[in-house]
Amino acid sequence: MKFFKFLAFIALIVTIGFTGCKPKDADIKAAVEKSIASVPELTGTTVDVKEGVVTLGGELKDETAKNLAETTTKIVKGVKSVTNSITVAAPVIIAVDEVLTKNVADAVKDYPTVVAQVNDGVVSLKGEIKKDDLPKLMMTLSSLKPKQIANKLTVK
Amino acid sequence: MALQDKYKQLIDSATAAGILDLQVREQDNILYIDGTAASGAIKDQLWEVYNNIDPNFTSGDLILNVNVAIDVTVTQVKVVTAHSNLNIRKGPGTDQPIVGKAAHGEIITLVNRSNEQWWLVRTKDGEEGYSYAQYLSAEL
Repeated sequence: MKFFKFLAFIALIVTIGFTGCKPKDADIKAAVEKSIASVPELTGTTVDVKEGVVTLGGELKDETAKNLAETTTKIVKGVKSVTNSITVAAPVIIAVDEVLTKNVADAVKDYPTVVAQVNDGVVSLKGEIKKDDLPKLMMTLSSLKPKQIANKLTVK
Repeated sequence: MALQDKYKQLIDSATAAGILDLQVREQDNILYIDGTAASGAIKDQLWEVYNNIDPNFTSGDLILNVNVAIDVTVTQVKVVTAHSNLNIRKGPGTDQPIVGKAAHGEIITLVNRSNEQWWLVRTKDGEEGYSYAQYLSAEL
């Protein structure tokens, strides 16, 4: 009888020991989320935890950010392993100058008071434009895949 | 992230308007918003929000590229120039020779839209060539 009591006691200790030392999934999730929130580049990461295994999801801007999310997660206490399912956003495609120059010339043709120049993907606008025409021109130029539109037009 | 805060209202409007394939990306301190709007009115509304945040679009920190979805069944387009005739050219580009003209307000046949800026069109007289898409409006 004494022996059984002893066994029951051991079982109790083991149970307390496990629940006491092993962080719960919810706690791990909170800790990982806190750790990720401290790095601005990792905004958009989602966290899921099952029995200490963390699955990261969401979309980040590049591979560096994706790897950073993983290393940031691994150091959190209680994390057994990390499944990194983060996707990386496709980079913005910028038109080559040759194509962009031709398309910009077509776009500004009907605005004789507008002078446009293209350099390394940047469309620079100078001259004058009517207020109503400005959004129209900007809409067309924005669809030509420029890197930037540097608009110095005087609005009349 | 600062740019996403600056243009938060625009991003929220785009999301609320149900812009298809909406992509918001920041690269080298410029924000790129791409997507497809269901109508021209939605596109205009987003540009109004943009103009409110950055009056006259002078900051140079955003490329708002929202196209208007066009039904593939559209075969007729209306010439929507300010008042003049619309040039029809041999190829896609203002460096191409003019092969015909369509009158302001005229409805012509849309042959294809394989080029985003220049659509292949045909007039009632059978003149076929490329016209600048900005001056063409889909007739349903």
